[in-house]
Amino acid sequence: MFKVKYFEYIRTSAVIVIALAIAFLIISLVSNQPVKTIGIFLFEPLSSKGHIGNVIEMAIPLMFTGLAVSLLFRANMFNLGAEGIFYFSGVVTSVLAIHLTLDGWLHPIVAIAAGSIVGALLSAIPGILKAKWNANELVTSLMFNNILFGVGLYLLNYHLRDAKAFANVSYKFEKTALLSKMVPGTRIHTGLLIVIVLIIAAHLFLYKTKWGYELRMTGINRNFARYSGMKTAKVIILVHLIAGFIAGMGGSVEVLGMYNRFQWTSLPGYGLDGALVAMLAKNNPISVIGAALFLAYIRIGADMMARLSDVPSEMISIIQAIIILLISAEQFLKFWKNRMLLKEAKEA
Amino acid sequence: MNSLFDVIFTTDFAFSVLRVTTPILFAALGALISNRAGIINIGMEGIMLVAALAGVIVSSYTHSAWVGLLGAVMSGTLIAGILAFFTLKFKTHIILGGVAINMFASGGTVFILYLLSGDKGSSTSLASKVLPSVEIPLLKDIPVLGPILSGHHILTYVSIIAVFVVYYLLNRTPLGLRIRSVGENPHAAQSVGVSVVIIQYMALLLSGFFAGLGGAYMSMGYLSLFTRDMIAGRGWIAIAAESMGRSTTVGTALTSLLFGTADALSNALQVLKIPAELIATLPYVATVIGLVIYAVSETRKKNKKLKSPLVK
Amino acid sequence: MNKALLEMRGITKVYPNGVVANKDVHFSLREGEIHAIAGENGAGKSTLMKIMFGMEEPSEGDIFIKDEKVKLQSAQDAIDRGIGMVHQHFMLVPSFTVAENMVLGMEPRKGVGINYAEAVRMTEETAKKYNLAVDPKAKVEDLTVGMKQKVEILKALLRGAKILVLDEPTAVLTPQETEELFRELKQLREQGHTIVFISHKLKEVKAICDRITIMRSGRSEGVFQTKDVTEQEISRLMVGRDVVLKYDKEILSIGEPVLTVQGLGVNDAHGKALLSDINFAVRGGQIVGIAGVEGNGQTQLIEALTGSLRGVSSQGSVLMKGKDIRESDILDIRRLGVSYIPEDRMHQGIASDASIADNLLSTQYRTKAMNKGPFLNGSRIAKLAVSLVEEFKVRCSGPSQPIGMLSGGNMQKVVVARECSTEPQLLIAEQPTRGVDIGAAQFIHQKLLELRSDDCAILLVSADLNEILEISDSLLVMYEGKIVAFFEEPSKVSEEELGLYMLGIHRQDEEQIRRAVNHV
Repeated sequence: MFKVKYFEYIRTSAVIVIALAIAFLIISLVSNQPVKTIGIFLFEPLSSKGHIGNVIEMAIPLMFTGLAVSLLFRANMFNLGAEGIFYFSGVVTSVLAIHLTLDGWLHPIVAIAAGSIVGALLSAIPGILKAKWNANELVTSLMFNNILFGVGLYLLNYHLRDAKAFANVSYKFEKTALLSKMVPGTRIHTGLLIVIVLIIAAHLFLYKTKWGYELRMTGINRNFARYSGMKTAKVIILVHLIAGFIAGMGGSVEVLGMYNRFQWTSLPGYGLDGALVAMLAKNNPISVIGAALFLAYIRIGADMMARLSDVPSEMISIIQAIIILLISAEQFLKFWKNRMLLKEAKEA
Repeated sequence: MNSLFDVIFTTDFAFSVLRVTTPILFAALGALISNRAGIINIGMEGIMLVAALAGVIVSSYTHSAWVGLLGAVMSGTLIAGILAFFTLKFKTHIILGGVAINMFASGGTVFILYLLSGDKGSSTSLASKVLPSVEIPLLKDIPVLGPILSGHHILTYVSIIAVFVVYYLLNRTPLGLRIRSVGENPHAAQSVGVSVVIIQYMALLLSGFFAGLGGAYMSMGYLSLFTRDMIAGRGWIAIAAESMGRSTTVGTALTSLLFGTADALSNALQVLKIPAELIATLPYVATVIGLVIYAVSETRKKNKKLKSPLVK
Repeated sequence: MNKALLEMRGITKVYPNGVVANKDVHFSLREGEIHAIAGENGAGKSTLMKIMFGMEEPSEGDIFIKDEKVKLQSAQDAIDRGIGMVHQHFMLVPSFTVAENMVLGMEPRKGVGINYAEAVRMTEETAKKYNLAVDPKAKVEDLTVGMKQKVEILKALLRGAKILVLDEPTAVLTPQETEELFRELKQLREQGHTIVFISHKLKEVKAICDRITIMRSGRSEGVFQTKDVTEQEISRLMVGRDVVLKYDKEILSIGEPVLTVQGLGVNDAHGKALLSDINFAVRGGQIVGIAGVEGNGQTQLIEALTGSLRGVSSQGSVLMKGKDIRESDILDIRRLGVSYIPEDRMHQGIASDASIADNLLSTQYRTKAMNKGPFLNGSRIAKLAVSLVEEFKVRCSGPSQPIGMLSGGNMQKVVVARECSTEPQLLIAEQPTRGVDIGAAQFIHQKLLELRSDDCAILLVSADLNEILEISDSLLVMYEGKIVAFFEEPSKVSEEELGLYMLGIHRQDEEQIRRAVNHV
């Protein structure tokens, strides 16, 4: 018999099953060879080392932003600012990657640290506004996304742009700044190690330290936290700083790990994807790994599908939207939970 | 400096302000209605995008711009209806619901566009129709005013009329009264038999309707085709305008005009070597500042108020 | 005249969480009377009225209007049957005008718009008919509380209410406004309306009501002609004890004062006194009880003692072991050895999605014992959780179970366990056994007595007379923000006597009250 405490797992699985079923349905409607296309979508990401590498490469930024958003959601902060910070920190890191001359190992560290710190400081602004004056962190963070994008794009177009390049891209990064590749034949870079370390650190922080404890209690019931003597305003500012740091580091690492020039002329979307990852991971740092890999997997699957069949990869955003709508739907499958509860109550 | 004035104090510039304000104004009015019902729809950007594509597709298949407009508006309302269904029935978080709508729109429109035209960038291969521009008799012959106010796209006029309609709707009709009561004190509404859920459904549908008009304007007026991500942040500017306008019809309309002017200026200001990218952030900066001022004054007010009254 | 207009027969209401709010209540309303429902907080008055107004469905029992059985499933049903309700928290939209509030949901139309002239006219007409003067064009947020109440009454009347239910209507009014309200209610009675008046203020009940139904612990204690019963009798019926608890209390030598409150006064931002001239002391090994009907300043007193008063000014001194803590924050005060069991479990007392262990940790997670370097000491925490769960007999599957899944009594045991586990010097216990079963309540009482034996000073604030009379070593009574009585031997005080002080009928002289400070 199912237990109520497994309900959340069952629900998440049900959402994924429904989303995949809809994906298959769309493919069946659209494709001339639905069976083959579904096969590509499901299995092509595993077909070669390079493809597996693609999944992991894509999962890295998703882990960064998923982790950042998880911490914010944990503190019950509705902040979607990871998007703008990811972008802007990428710009900051690019500046240093282009203009700084440093030793090979020091260069990326300095560039990434700068991007991360800028991210933390930028993220603190909505945090302080929330903690001090209760300004809606959602609206401020959304506005900040657009502001940071505008300023970042300005920096790209006016200060970093390589006039000789074919497109709207920055000068080339110094070779010393780039993150090294870890697995030959793929583009998996050392950013993977960084994010795994970060996830473990976040896990320890959240569950094994008194600050993490304060964060969790503040998120669950701010009145309870205050009553227990916690300074909840400080907790809120702290979590914004940490989340901004992580999101900023994500942007920096992505830029130095995957590119040799800065080339985002629109927001890359990883911040909002981070919200999806956090939701799938139920805001658990360790689960962020699995959630990011899942999302990266179906995306690469969709990319492969677009390349090898007649179904465009944008299908995936429809699937993502369905996952979000269902997974945050409190009432979805609730009747079933209530029935289980009643049953357990009767048996008890 | 002179050259700047040369640009701004022309009838062409004033004309272009109205032209770029139109989509922002539509979406801001939509955001206004749902906000007044206490439900924040951040899916405006996505709804506009879907509507823009729907307008192009329907008009190219029916060879009628007007049917295209109908298709755009209906699709906008439909998407808002889906959002309403999930948030009001399944209790999906309204913000995450909005995020989902935007995600769906940015990829889904490209998906559908590709299936129909084989192109992921724009709808050039679809023979879509454009809604007409209108010269207004008499007015068009008045010097200065004529060239500014006459000859606009029909939806530009509709957007101006819509301001009055929304004002009337919110302030003078039973539905408006109920929308406002639901947003301000849902318990009060419920206690006199007004259904909060039904009113919020209607408000969200209306917000989709107006976003749909804004989307139709983008692909059947502002441009004559659909291009990917063509809304380019106008949905967000609209939400900012509504927020800056303190959720009043007049305030929202004026801030929309202000942000439209900023948009139009971004070209003009390049004369002054002020980059367009920075100008484009002005609406958002203004909104953050407005929000902070409001939040600070609210906090002060609250601290003055009695926190824990003697009698509960 | 004497025929029942509305009758509720055998009403029982059990909430899904198992709380029994009404037990087999009979209530009968005659046409044209003003009928009081009197009872303590939690006696079941509000639930009964919610059932009458269609907001709750009874688990058992039926409602009859003029002998016809009716089912009221929504407020609209009740409105259609001619029942109107004036809620304690006004159901008004602040930014709307009076006329707009009046017609909301039944707007007069002119074309597609609202006919505002008609709305104003309807308001004026109703106001005139019932002689309740309001300005239809004034904004509700600008009105005084008394005016808002008038609008609420008019709203109900406009919707054709023949039966008007007022839930604690005078709680928010000034004496002058109260008098005016009474005049209006009498007038309404003359015009043939029937009024249900919910209150625990006996003077008012006596002044205006024809009959009175008294409720206690979810039951009806009987219906009386108001003129036939004295205030004393009513108060005895309202606050009487059901079961007498008995505890063997050790006789202790009482220690030094731990908490001394002198001349404490608290004013709200408008200068209105919430507390005035509060003086008392709590010593080690002593339980001082504070009795009083809820809303007479107990909340503010506790806020002042725990560092959570905000946006108000205070005078006097609150000395915790000699240190004035009026300006201290919650953490500082906790560090001085103060523990606090809050009244509202779900709001403050627990983090319901967190585990039992996490909930037990919140007062200790900062201590050296619970940390090891930068990390929390997992094994110590586990040991603490296991031993507290065991000691307090918390029924659960283990310390990692989310606390929200426990019953109310077990949740409260966790709260009490946490607050007792820090070896407090002062424990403030606010309604420590509210909404918990008898078994858990007795267990919690035993724990309080154990703490007392360990020389802890305990301040017990409770509306449960049973509890407060048995457990306390001495007893204060609060009324309207002041201490009105002090008793040295609570177990010898009769409920009847206590009731008179709680309801503001009697008051001791200053000298007797002053003994609260120096008494040993």
